[in-house]
Amino acid sequence: MKQGRIVITGIGLTAPNGNTLAEFRGNLLRGVSGITTVDVRYMGRHPAGMCTFDPLKYQRKKDVRIGTRAGGISIYCAREALADSGVNLEGRDRGRVGIYLGITEHGNVETENEVYNISQFKYDTKFWTHHHNPRTVANNPAGEVSLNLGVTGPAYTIGAACAAGNMGLIHAAQMLRLGEIDFALGGGVSESPQTFGIFAGFKSQNALAAHADPTKASRPFDQARNGIVISEGGCIYTLERLEDARARGARIYGEIAGYCVNSDATDYVLPNPERQAECVRKAIAHAGLTVEDIDLVNTHATSTPQGDIQECQAIGEVFRSRSTPPHINNTKSFIGHAMGAAGALELAGNLPSFADLVVHPTINVDNLDPQCDIPGLVINQPRTAKRVDAILNNSFGMLGINSTLVVSRFRD
Amino acid sequence: MTKEDCKKLVIDIIADIAPDEDLSAIKPDVRLRDQLQLDSMDFLDIVMELRKRHNIEVPEADYMHLASLESCAEYLTPKFQAKA
Repeated sequence: MKQGRIVITGIGLTAPNGNTLAEFRGNLLRGVSGITTVDVRYMGRHPAGMCTFDPLKYQRKKDVRIGTRAGGISIYCAREALADSGVNLEGRDRGRVGIYLGITEHGNVETENEVYNISQFKYDTKFWTHHHNPRTVANNPAGEVSLNLGVTGPAYTIGAACAAGNMGLIHAAQMLRLGEIDFALGGGVSESPQTFGIFAGFKSQNALAAHADPTKASRPFDQARNGIVISEGGCIYTLERLEDARARGARIYGEIAGYCVNSDATDYVLPNPERQAECVRKAIAHAGLTVEDIDLVNTHATSTPQGDIQECQAIGEVFRSRSTPPHINNTKSFIGHAMGAAGALELAGNLPSFADLVVHPTINVDNLDPQCDIPGLVINQPRTAKRVDAILNNSFGMLGINSTLVVSRFRD
Repeated sequence: MTKEDCKKLVIDIIADIAPDEDLSAIKPDVRLRDQLQLDSMDFLDIVMELRKRHNIEVPEADYMHLASLESCAEYLTPKFQAKA
């Protein structure tokens, strides 16, 4: 069955190194990291990626006070994406607009804050805020966007660990194809650096990055990598059916060509390269392409000793048959791991390659780990490509969830 | 603690609860909800802040006394004075 064509027509984002696509992309090409250090409750200073967008650009002070950081990030990104798309919701049926946001987790920040708050009052729960439940329901970030925009269509989050950013786009494309909605805001969001639990959890797992220079802490594929840098961020796309985008003369960034979501079913935290390779292959097949057609692979690699090797095994195996490998890069080396936002942000950083044929590098590789030395890796300096017609974006998460998204250059 | 002192403390709380509002010309005898954008959750915030900052409890049955600045002062001033 021929499926309807879904295109990307707007992008709104905030990353630790940029609050617009132009700023983000410029820093990816210039090798500028956005990682700094933050005070983590009970744990002291640690490298982390924090965003510098102005929450009051689209929210009242009161809404910022009542809402969550993830909600604020989502509203900023959704509003920026809408502005970028040129769509004015005033003239639309807002019940036919869908909001789908990938999240790794939500509610940890707000719960930790309240536990800390009542600890100042001898743990008397009468000091527990009545804002707790609306702040911590899993749909909070999408719900805050619906409130801000007056969107009355479906607005919810998709919990998919660190595979979630891709999932927001995939789900949006599916709902558009099903005819459930006419216009979608899809992407991912993270407020994770505000919770000590994630830092402490990775630390106990021996998977938390440490480095004297925070800008060097996230270093996928480097021999000295020692763990994840936790970041916040968000990236939301406007997606439309091609005929709708055409009818209004929209600018088109790219087309959702294909995707796959699968599960390892092998371990709570350890990835499975066999299932990852299967996910990549199925996404390429779903796009109606072959491995020869993929020009750029954005890796999920999080800078952990084992995970990076396993993804390199998976990618190396999928593309082994090629005489000329695809360009392979990594965005977490600049921005850390933006959790639920990672897949969506990392795709955005690469979409301009359709236009400029430049592939941003993975930075901080001083000594390439021989086990990560796969053909096509773009290291430390941008590389000009002969062709960028198809971008493959990997995002993998705990409990063994894998998502791969293929976006192709738009051709009429 | 005078009623005027009490009004100042209530305004301090409202300034944090409703930071976008102009509080310079609040009419003491007009319902707060009729002159400010305050909803029921905001009133719960006011109750919580009275509890946190001043150790003053306002039972649900008495929420009506928080309707205006004047009624707040009337109701809360004796409570503040009892704490002194």
